[in-house]
Amino acid sequence: MARIQFTRHLKRFFPDLDVEAGEVVEGDTVALVVAGLDARFPGLAAYLVDDAGRLRRHVNIFRNGSMLADPHGLTDALQPDDELYIVQSLSGG
Amino acid sequence: MSAAPVLLLSTRKGLIVARSGDDGWSLDDTVHFAGIAVEYASVDPRTGHWFAALEHGHWGPKLHRSTDSGTTWTELAAPKYPEGEQFRDPWTGKTDAAVLTNVWTVAYGGADQPGRVYLGTNPGGLFRSDDNGDSWSLVRGLWDHPSRLGVDGGRPGWFGGGRDTPGLHSIVVHPTDSRRMFVGVSCGGVFETTDDGETWAPRNKGLPPPVLPDQDDDTGHDPHFVALCRSHPDVMWQQNHVGVFRSTNAGLTWSDISQPDGPARFGFPIAVDPDDPRRAWVVPARSDGQRNAVGGCLQVCETQDGGETWQRRVRGLPERGAFDLVYRHALDLAVHGGARWLSFGSTTGNVFVSQNGGAEWTCLSHHLPPVYAVRFA
Repeated sequence: MARIQFTRHLKRFFPDLDVEAGEVVEGDTVALVVAGLDARFPGLAAYLVDDAGRLRRHVNIFRNGSMLADPHGLTDALQPDDELYIVQSLSGG
Repeated sequence: MSAAPVLLLSTRKGLIVARSGDDGWSLDDTVHFAGIAVEYASVDPRTGHWFAALEHGHWGPKLHRSTDSGTTWTELAAPKYPEGEQFRDPWTGKTDAAVLTNVWTVAYGGADQPGRVYLGTNPGGLFRSDDNGDSWSLVRGLWDHPSRLGVDGGRPGWFGGGRDTPGLHSIVVHPTDSRRMFVGVSCGGVFETTDDGETWAPRNKGLPPPVLPDQDDDTGHDPHFVALCRSHPDVMWQQNHVGVFRSTNAGLTWSDISQPDGPARFGFPIAVDPDDPRRAWVVPARSDGQRNAVGGCLQVCETQDGGETWQRRVRGLPERGAFDLVYRHALDLAVHGGARWLSFGSTTGNVFVSQNGGAEWTCLSHHLPPVYAVRFA
């Protein structure tokens, strides 16, 4: 289980996303939490990961303030009180 | 086709709709997907559905559909490459997972194929839907063509051109046989199926040797855009990286119809008359090394004799100081009230319209974001 905080940019595409308090989702790996998020907000996973399940190039997920060890497989294990932060890079123009 | 011409302008900052009326052209106040790059948008002529392919940058390629002419949109599940699929870079020899990096074009099946929609994508997959875009499947016959990854460990015949991966940008469904179609891949070439996508054959004979020196002549070509004359479907045209080419035998062989010294030589789009098999338009660019307006003059070139001669169509277009480049999907033609309406948009945000086959041009806007695609609704 983890509490997930989101970039506000995602609320444009998922208006019901609670970007104030965050979303609490069951799962003992990041991949399972992303899958749980997708079940709650269908299509959200495809905003975060590519067809192969890898974190998109300009998206990042931090676990308790640290970058994931496995951005390709999202196998990082989670503890019950962990916090995840989903952000996008500041790029483009 | 609507009662009065409507244009869908896909731009770096959203989808903009332009409408013609008694007082000329005007842009809708609503910008669809404001701030998001729209790679391509067009209308299914059978259903009136609008499709828009988005490239978020951060969040990946997305696909949207509107069944009420843009009043509301629904995000569709974008196609996925099946698990384990790969593409191979010819220069590094490395393989990587094939994942959807962009949806480059949307095309529609014949009237006898209700619900059939196609997507051309990077890294080279053709996807097919039979439920108006609700679900997608990879057209395996093309994806598994031996030229794509190379034969017997040889160099891949498909590779990136301008982008890091091969991209499928042209989808041409035969007007009298929906099971027959042509696609164009940059880089890869033109391929034809006659059995609804089960098997495919390269159609690149007559083109100059491909970009890579040790390539099989049949693949590795860089067609920038491929089109067909609907009333004479054996007549095909392509604006290629190395010139303008025409075929009178449905792509079996191609002839170079470029002007030897230009300007009708390098460029990206080509528009083809639906009734006259000898008539087409291109928007030339200065050399692949520079990619801007030839001599600072933004010009359209038209042939009325199958490419034997070309005429410059510049009335109403800037003749000095222009840096515009027109991408492969950013020129379109529609027959409306018996007239040939043409429109194109450029990388510098200019959009022009002609309602007399290019004889005169009117500027619709000088102030748009870079234009990726222009399609009549």
